[in-house]
Amino acid sequence: MTLPVLSPSEIELRLERILPGVQKPGRYTGGELNQVVKDWQAIETHLALIFPDLYDIGMSNLGLAILYESLNQRPDALAERAYLPWTDMEAAMRQAGIPLYSLETHHSLADFDILGFTLPYETLYTNALNTLDLAGIPLFAEQRSNAHPLVIAGGHTTFNPEPMHAFMDAFVIGEGEEVIHEIVDAYQAWKRSQAERPALLRRLAQIPGVYVPSLYQPHYLESGQIARIQPLADAAPLPVRKRIVAKLPPPPTHFIVPYIDTVHNRVPVEITRGCTRGCRFCHAGMISRPVRERSVEQIVHAIEDSLEHTGFEEVGLLSLSSSDYTHILELVQAVSARFAGKHLGISLPSLRIDTFSVDLMDALRGARHGGFTLAPEAATERMRQIINKPVSTQALLETAAEVYRRGYTTLKLYFMIGHPSETLEDVQAIVDLCKAVLAEGRKVIGRRARLNAGVSTFIPKPHTPFQWVPCDTVEQITAKQTLLKHSLRDRDIKLSWTTPAETMLEAWLSRGDRRLSQVIYRAWQKGARFDAWQELFRYSAWLEAFAEAGLEPDFYTHRPRPLDEIFPWEHISSGVRKKYLLEEYRRSLAGETRPDCRESCFACGILPAFADLRRENPGEAWKCPEVKSPAPRSNDFSRYTVTGETQLDAQGSSK
Amino acid sequence: MSAEQMRLRITFSKTAAMRYTGHLDLHRAWERAFRRSRLPLAYSQGFHPQPRLNLAAALPLGFTSDCELLDAWLETVQPVEQVLQALTLALPPGMVVRSLEQVDLRLPALQTQTQSAEYEVTLLDPLPGLAQRLEALLAQSTLPRHRRDRDYDLRPLIEEIVLLAEDGPGPHLRMRLSVREGATGRPEEVVDVLGASPTSARVRRTRIVLR
Ligand code: SF4
Repeated sequence: MTLPVLSPSEIELRLERILPGVQKPGRYTGGELNQVVKDWQAIETHLALIFPDLYDIGMSNLGLAILYESLNQRPDALAERAYLPWTDMEAAMRQAGIPLYSLETHHSLADFDILGFTLPYETLYTNALNTLDLAGIPLFAEQRSNAHPLVIAGGHTTFNPEPMHAFMDAFVIGEGEEVIHEIVDAYQAWKRSQAERPALLRRLAQIPGVYVPSLYQPHYLESGQIARIQPLADAAPLPVRKRIVAKLPPPPTHFIVPYIDTVHNRVPVEITRGCTRGCRFCHAGMISRPVRERSVEQIVHAIEDSLEHTGFEEVGLLSLSSSDYTHILELVQAVSARFAGKHLGISLPSLRIDTFSVDLMDALRGARHGGFTLAPEAATERMRQIINKPVSTQALLETAAEVYRRGYTTLKLYFMIGHPSETLEDVQAIVDLCKAVLAEGRKVIGRRARLNAGVSTFIPKPHTPFQWVPCDTVEQITAKQTLLKHSLRDRDIKLSWTTPAETMLEAWLSRGDRRLSQVIYRAWQKGARFDAWQELFRYSAWLEAFAEAGLEPDFYTHRPRPLDEIFPWEHISSGVRKKYLLEEYRRSLAGETRPDCRESCFACGILPAFADLRRENPGEAWKCPEVKSPAPRSNDFSRYTVTGETQLDAQGSSK
Repeated sequence: MSAEQMRLRITFSKTAAMRYTGHLDLHRAWERAFRRSRLPLAYSQGFHPQPRLNLAAALPLGFTSDCELLDAWLETVQPVEQVLQALTLALPPGMVVRSLEQVDLRLPALQTQTQSAEYEVTLLDPLPGLAQRLEALLAQSTLPRHRRDRDYDLRPLIEEIVLLAEDGPGPHLRMRLSVREGATGRPEEVVDVLGASPTSARVRRTRIVLR
C-alpha cells in the first residue's frame, strides 16, 4: 500500500479521532515513564525497535529493552519502539490513512533509518510483513531502495533465517548487544559515502554475526533438498557464525513502566545466559551456549537500581535453568534478606526437579502466590533418557509432595508429546504420572490439591540433535491428545495443549527453506496475521498458500532427514558442531544420556569457535574450560574455523 | 495492629497519554509512584497485602482531569512538604499533584463521599443548533438510556448543563453530573443524547464535589 508521508503532528491529529474508539488505546500512545525522547533533527541515525505483536506482549521483551537502553546511550543515534496494532486499530489506522508510527515521537516507521525486528518465535512472521505494509514500506528487500529504511531482524528464529530471507535486508545471528552498534557504525559510514544500497549490504555482511541473505544462493536437488549454498560475493562469509558477548554486560535498569497492564509487568533480570544441561529437544539450550553468569552482587544491584527507577512490585530472575546458577542459594538469600518486608514478588522460573528447588522458592517469601512449575517433559524414564533429561520418577514424586507440603495448592507440570520413538504407552504414562502426582498432593493437603498439566507437541528444531527427526503427523498428534483428554479426566486436573495446526505451522516455519518466503507472503495476503493468537489463526490460509506456491508441507515436517542432508540452515553456525549434534542424536537412539558439561567438557564446538574470547576472559565468567593454548597467528575472528577446532577438540576431550 | 499513621488526601491531574489508563492501572501507577518515592506506603495485612490507596471516582478512559482525588495511607507521619516533593519527583508523565493535605484517619472512604462532578466538554466537530438541542434535552423530565445491558434514566443524574460557546475551538459545555454510588451520570451519554459522536468529544473533569 502506498501512503502519503505524514508528519508526527499530522499523525497525532488523526490519532486523536480514532483512539477513543478502539480497545485499550493505552497501547498506542507511548509517553510512559522512562521512555527516551531525543531531538529527532539533531540525531544522525534513527532506529525503530519492533516487536511485531501487541504492545501488551512486546513490552516484556528483554532483548529489545537491552538494545533500547544501550542504543539511546549513544549520542549519535536514537531508538524508539513500535508494536503491531490489534485488528480494530489496524482497520481504523488504514481507514484514517495513518502509517505505523513509533511510540516515542510518533514518526512514521518509513522515516527511520533502520528498522530492527525481533523475531523470537516463528508465528510473528506474518506480523512482520504486516508491520512493513502498515508503514508503507515494500515487503520484499529487493524492492527497497535508498529511500527506504534498512530492515533487519534478530531473535532466536534467525538461526534459520531462510523462510524470512526475502523480506529482510540482513539478520543478526546470536546476541545483539555489540553487533547492533557495529551495524549503526557501518550504516553511518555508508550514508556518508553516499553509495548505493548494495554497498551497505556488503559492509554489513563483513560484520561477524550478520547474515545478508541476498549475498547467498541455495541450489536445490530435484528432490527439493539442498545441494549446496553458494556465497555470491567475497564479502559473504561461510558459515555465518553467531555473535556472543564474552561477558554479560551490566543489565538494563531503566525499564519503561507501562500505563496499562502487560504480560510480565515486572523487572526482568537475566542471571545467567546459556545452558549446559543438553536437553536434546531444546533449541534455546543449544544456540545460547556457552553458559555465562552474573555475580550475585551485580544482580542485587541491578534489582535495587531497577526498582528505584520503575517502582515495579515484581522481579523475575531469568535463566534457562535457575538451579544451575553457581551461586543460586547465595543469590536467593541475598535477595530475600535485602528486600524482605518490601512487598516485592520474586519469581524464579526454570527450576530443577528436586527438593532443593522447593527450598529456594521457600526462601523467596512473597513469591508464593501463583503455583509451582516443574518441567519433566516426558513421563517415562526411557523417554527422558532419549531426550536427555534424566530425572527419576521417584525424584519427581518426592519433589511434588514437598511442593504441596510447603503450602502450594497448585502444581504445574510441563510435558511434550511427539518425542522421537514415542508410543501411545509413553503418552499413557503422562496420564499415570499426573495422577500419581496429584495423589501425592492429596496425601498431604487432601481435596485442595490441584494439578495443571501443560502438554505441548515436540517440534524438531534446527541446530539441535533432533534436527534429523520427523515431526508427528496431525493424525498421530490427534490420537495422542485424544488419549490424554479421555484419560486425564479429573476435576482437579487441568489439561492444556497446543492444537496440531499450531504445531504444524511452527514446524514448517522453523524448518523451512527459502521457498517458504512465498508461502508466508501468500498467507499474509490471505489475511494470516497474529498466528500466535488462536482466535485469529487461520490454518486454511496457510494450506492454500502452500498449494499456490506448489510446495508440499509434509516435505518440511514429516520426512526423516538422511544423516548427510544439507539443511537450509547449514550456512548458519551456532558454534556447536554438526558432528556433535549427530553424535548426540546417535546416543539418543541408543538411549544413552550425556551429563551436564560443566562437570567435563564434551567438546561441542563452542570453545574452538570462541577461543579468542575465552582466552581473553578467563575464570568464572564462563562455564567452559579455559583456553590455554596460544592464540593462532592470524587473529582474524571470522576466518578462525577449522584449524582451531581440531586443536581444541584434543584439549577438550583430554580433560 | 493497623500500621497506618498518616492519611493523605491528594488532588491530582491526569492528562496526556495518562488519559487512556483505566482505573485499576491508575491504582497501580500510584503504587509504583509511591514505591519510587520511597515514602512508607502502608499495605493491608494478610496473604496478599494490598497498598492502602483509595481513588474517589473512576474517570472514563480518554477523559482528562484536573481534580482526581486519592487517599493514601503511610506507615509513619511525614512532613507534608516532604511528601509533596517526593511524589512530585516520582510521578509519571501525565500526572501532577495539585494539592495535598493530611486528613483525619477516621474520615469515611472517599467513594462514599462523592456527590457530583463537573466536566468541560469540547466537541471536535461543530454541532449545528447546539443551544436548541441543549434546551430540548433539559426540557425532558426523563431520558431513558440503555448502557451495558442496563436500562436507566439519565435525566435525574444531570444536575446542571451550561452552554459555554456554540462553536469555536471550545470548550462548549460545562456540566455537573451526579457521582454517587450506583448513580453516576456519564458525560459521553449526554453528548450522545445531544446528537454528537461520543468519540469526537474531549472531556475534562474539572471538579469533584464531596458531601
Ligand atoms: S565447549 Fe565444552 S563446556 Fe563449553 S558448552 Fe561445549 S561441551 Fe560444554
